[in-house]
Amino acid sequence: MSTPVQLLTPDGARVEHPDYRYDGGLAEVAALYRDMVLVRRIDTEAFALQRHGELGLWPPALGQEAAQVGSARALRPQDYAFPTYREHGVAWCRGVDPIGLFGIYRGVELGGGWDPADHNLALTQIIIGAQALHATGYAMGLMFDHAVASGDPDRDAAVISYFGDGATSQGDVNEALDWATVHQAPVVFFCQNNQYAISVPLARQIAVPVAQRADGFGLPGVRVDGNDVMAVHAVTQKALQRARDGEGPTLIEAVTYRMGAHTTSDDPTRYRDAAEVEQWRAKDPIDRLRKYLEQNGQPLSFFQDLDAEAEALGERLRRECAALAEPDLADLFDQVLVDTPPELEQQRAEYVEWRDALEGSPA
Amino acid sequence: MSTEPVGLETMSIGSAINEGLRAAMEADDKVVVLGEDVGPLGGVFRVTDGLQKDFGENRVIDTPLAESAIIGTSVGLAMRGYRPVAEIQFDGFVYPAYDQIVSQVARMHFRSAGKVRMPVVIRIPYGGGIGAVEHHSESPEAQFVMTPGLRVVACSTPHDAYWMIQEAIRSDDPVVFMEPKRRYWENGEVDRATRPDTTWTSSLVRSGRDATLVTYGATVATCRQAAEAATEDGLDLEVIDLRTLSPLDLEPVYESVRRTGHVVVVHEAQRTLGLGAELAARITEECFYSLEAPVQRVTGYDLPYPPSKVEEEFLPGLDRILDAVDHAISYGAR
Repeated sequence: MSTPVQLLTPDGARVEHPDYRYDGGLAEVAALYRDMVLVRRIDTEAFALQRHGELGLWPPALGQEAAQVGSARALRPQDYAFPTYREHGVAWCRGVDPIGLFGIYRGVELGGGWDPADHNLALTQIIIGAQALHATGYAMGLMFDHAVASGDPDRDAAVISYFGDGATSQGDVNEALDWATVHQAPVVFFCQNNQYAISVPLARQIAVPVAQRADGFGLPGVRVDGNDVMAVHAVTQKALQRARDGEGPTLIEAVTYRMGAHTTSDDPTRYRDAAEVEQWRAKDPIDRLRKYLEQNGQPLSFFQDLDAEAEALGERLRRECAALAEPDLADLFDQVLVDTPPELEQQRAEYVEWRDALEGSPA
Repeated sequence: MSTEPVGLETMSIGSAINEGLRAAMEADDKVVVLGEDVGPLGGVFRVTDGLQKDFGENRVIDTPLAESAIIGTSVGLAMRGYRPVAEIQFDGFVYPAYDQIVSQVARMHFRSAGKVRMPVVIRIPYGGGIGAVEHHSESPEAQFVMTPGLRVVACSTPHDAYWMIQEAIRSDDPVVFMEPKRRYWENGEVDRATRPDTTWTSSLVRSGRDATLVTYGATVATCRQAAEAATEDGLDLEVIDLRTLSPLDLEPVYESVRRTGHVVVVHEAQRTLGLGAELAARITEECFYSLEAPVQRVTGYDLPYPPSKVEEEFLPGLDRILDAVDHAISYGAR
């Protein structure tokens, strides 16, 4: 398997690649940098809130900002994304208020709270790999709607399905790769290979590089440096355009590293050593982009302003997290089915009566 | 294409579902049928016969042999505004799709606080009695009934089949549609001219005074036969076809049990935590002082479905049903 596509070295130097090119100017690069810094701030804020007991859990995306921002910023508004539970950066790029994500981990929400139709972003998915099939089905719908290969850039659309290296062991992901290829559905399968499925290293999940799986299904597979936002953007943009043009699916393997724990409940020191983490720290996606921006004349004030913006965002999220309204169990009975059946109405009444009686009784 | 329906027509349950699918596809071009062999073959039971020829490959989709994918892609199609009708080829093949049904289809409306609807129909030819090999005779309905967020219905006559499949497809909620495969070829009259308000109610199929048989799907016909046979012993049995298994519509059952005082629940599925267990609990809660005997259950035994040479011993038949009726009626006298 070829070495991952790279357009920006860890030292912040641009490199040429025969097949891929990042076309953005300095302003676009700065915008990607801003996204990544703010996404990291969301992530660290959530981590801190979990440690303070304000969130029950948080799955950090630390280290994966380039993979998420680079791919999500390659999407057009009419494209549709299917995330896992760790795609905080994708949610950010699709215009979702991060407080919706916080709601999940504060226990007031299940899926994220946004309307998928408003952002063309499905709700978060915890069942590993299940969303790869949803993405494939949605992509079939795009084909039936003639929203593929029409030649109209505002109409033609593609779907991106996110998943991790662990998900490549799931039947659903393999079924999705097969189905999408057989039907030439407009899906980009975007695997963030962050090297671990909780504690189990990649070598215990898959015997070949993830992108090589594509060969067996008959779709193109591309490895990209997942910590290089320019390369991720370029590779994803090309795959998305292929899909929109009716040329079928692509499997992208973004080689990255989960710098944090699987979730705040996890202890990665039990299964990986500090030296490995330090090796990856040297490849940090934000550091390398900052070097590039600094070397190319981005003014200091930009970084100072961004720091202030990140600080304000963190402060707002802290405040709004504490103010998140708790759901009322009585309201949930209406959400099971579109038309609530009498037996659920009766159970709601039973609950409300019990609760009211309890509240009315002396302590 | 279907001709303009006039008056009563005689057709089989399989043909009635086919005609119902056709009517639903004509009424709404967002309805798509997908499953294994549903295209040129028309499904292994021919329920989708001719649909691909008439509606094209984009609306009748032969899928890879992957049940989880059939349901998983149906979720995505529904999110795109389609109304997928997924066929699971045989009851015993639904388990690879179980996660997508239970963790995805059933929960999407709930976890999105009502923002995402899942108008997905999952057709499952179910039950035994056709001399089949393993995994082709299962009755998994209770597993879906106990899952919040799904509607589960079972048809027993061609007329119901024709209308129930259309109601399932029109529903904005996901529906598991149980088809009694050993009755596919049984004929009955279908009135295609008059659309019923709803078919998702318990249906009184035979009135009687002495005991109530509560059933659904393939065993509705068995219970009717049992009721006819019972007349020779001077017994007058009422038969209720539940039709909707989730949510249940039990007022007609309660009303009946309050009159007869005796009730026998009949289903092919195994006994433990089958529908009969829930029905017995609810009937006891609502009709305690009307009951003259405990709720009787005539079901499959708690075995994996047996080899076909002994399936008739496993399935509820006339004799076991009539024995249970006798047991209920003589209960106080013992």
